[in-house]
Amino acid sequence: MAPFDVTALSGLGFALTFLAVGFAFGAVLEMAGFGDTKKLAAQFYLSEMTVLKVMFTAIVVAAVLLAFAAAFGLLEMSRVFVNPTFLPAQVVGGLVMGVGFVIGGFCPGTSIVAASTFKVDGMLFVLGGLAGVALFGESVSSFSPFWLSGAMGRFTLPEWLGLSTGVTVLLVVLMALGAFWAGEAVERRFGPRPSPPDPLRGSSAQGGRPRWAWRPRAAWAGAGALVAAAATLAIRGDPTPAQRWRWQPAEVHQQLAERAPFASPAELVARRGDVALRVDVLDLRPEREFNLFHVGGARRIDPAALDAPGEVRRLLEEPPSTITFLVANGEADALEGWKRLVSRGVPNVYVLEGGVNGWLELYPAPPCVAKPEPGVAEGALAWRFAYATGDRLPSARPELVRSRSFQVPCGPAGPEGAAAGEHHWPRHPYTERVKPQVRSVVKGGCG
Amino acid sequence: MNTGREPRPYLNPYLAGALLGVVLFLAFFLTGGGLGASGALSHVMAGVAKWLSPGHVDRVAYLADMAGGPRNPWHTSGVYMLVGTALGGLASGLLHRRARLEIRKGPRISNGARLALAFGGGLVMAYGARFARGCTSGQALSGGAVLSVGSWAFMLSVFAGGYAVAWFLRRLWT
Repeated sequence: MAPFDVTALSGLGFALTFLAVGFAFGAVLEMAGFGDTKKLAAQFYLSEMTVLKVMFTAIVVAAVLLAFAAAFGLLEMSRVFVNPTFLPAQVVGGLVMGVGFVIGGFCPGTSIVAASTFKVDGMLFVLGGLAGVALFGESVSSFSPFWLSGAMGRFTLPEWLGLSTGVTVLLVVLMALGAFWAGEAVERRFGPRPSPPDPLRGSSAQGGRPRWAWRPRAAWAGAGALVAAAATLAIRGDPTPAQRWRWQPAEVHQQLAERAPFASPAELVARRGDVALRVDVLDLRPEREFNLFHVGGARRIDPAALDAPGEVRRLLEEPPSTITFLVANGEADALEGWKRLVSRGVPNVYVLEGGVNGWLELYPAPPCVAKPEPGVAEGALAWRFAYATGDRLPSARPELVRSRSFQVPCGPAGPEGAAAGEHHWPRHPYTERVKPQVRSVVKGGCG
Repeated sequence: MNTGREPRPYLNPYLAGALLGVVLFLAFFLTGGGLGASGALSHVMAGVAKWLSPGHVDRVAYLADMAGGPRNPWHTSGVYMLVGTALGGLASGLLHRRARLEIRKGPRISNGARLALAFGGGLVMAYGARFARGCTSGQALSGGAVLSVGSWAFMLSVFAGGYAVAWFLRRLWT
């Protein structure tokens, strides 16, 4: 994404980045008039629609810029924090906040600006806010089932509507323009009336009609630019996997050249014995081959479904102790899947070196079940199975010496001399490729 | 006319909104997270609680998450952003001659009532903000821009809640 990773910065750089962002935020809020409680409260009495105009303009401008940056590879959206969806808590919390807004006349961000421009009511609001968060912290454990209910994780409007990001942004822009049109109509109907004289200041610039009132031509130009930008994104569509892969930084391409994402079957087996890790195996082959034989515990997934929004979201939300291996007959299909996932920002994904064909060479099935089939194309299963074994052959779980689920029709395939029913496999050497990585995420101001 | 002491007028709301949108985009672009305020209030409060009673912080799960054990609630992105927000507001307020000690309120209520209601409103607001996992900045603005479904539901709820009680509380503001 950005030219640097803010979470990797030193203490001072980290602090300065957020101070600068906050400074710009506070300055713009003040310039919009959000340090003045009367301007904010007016939203709810229909005399001034400033809150609606500023908020919706900000949201659509930021949404268009974000979608543009994502569509042209400047920003990887999976590395951007998206507020998780917990509908019940968000709706109830939102209603409570709406009530608090009308009582107190601020929201938390604007009260900071009011307080720092010496508005005493803003200062009291901030103190009330500190009391409110303290009260919440002490009481949340008594209703945590409700507070945690309806967890949907990272769930966005494009996923909900089943549309591309560009089309969704276009709809949001059109909706905002409709809201502005309605807001202007409401203002013409209900205000601004000549405000009563304010005892604390003589003639108030905030009271009367602002000098910089509605400038139709500039506003129309801005609206046109937003619609045009969103329409461009809608026509262009979401980036293709090939485009995303091209946008990956040089070090990712370098890692691939060094075969860093290829982990040997022996390493997969060893990692499964590591209690600190959870090994997840995704099998990308057709169902028939999956049924003939698959690595124990593997889950079959269609290659096209691998980078579907739901699957990518699941993978992104896995803890850093989860290692995902992609499995195909050979390596090519799994590598294709790896590229797709990596270009969506999914960490800790590896390709099974040599695929299932290579696996069966290291951990062969009994000869009465499967025989090598020479001369098959790369990407096809190079073993001919007499019947479907699923993961019930000892070869499917070489980390287990014995298991009640094993079916061995013609004696152990492992080395001679083992006790009956036991399967001892040789310890194959491997180059260590799995290096669990923690994805660092900044949670914005909500964390 | 302009005596040089009068506050300067506010920016056109659409222009201010566009600037806020650019700031919001830059926040996402530079830090990967959006803007926010209420989370930082939580951290400040957790930091204060840690001064007063570290044992209590370690026992309450919500506080321990932010300030328990060796965790430092002050060295967090939100707190730096909060300080920046205050400084930015102050700078703009001074520049536009709007930073002055005063109480802003509706015409029909007393100063004391306004201050009491500001405190009470802040309490309700912050409680709701933590309940919803974010405030108008962190949820509505930031979550809205990244098209989070929950954030949009939240935003509509804030307006719904406000309009539902606005008529009953009209004495406060009109």
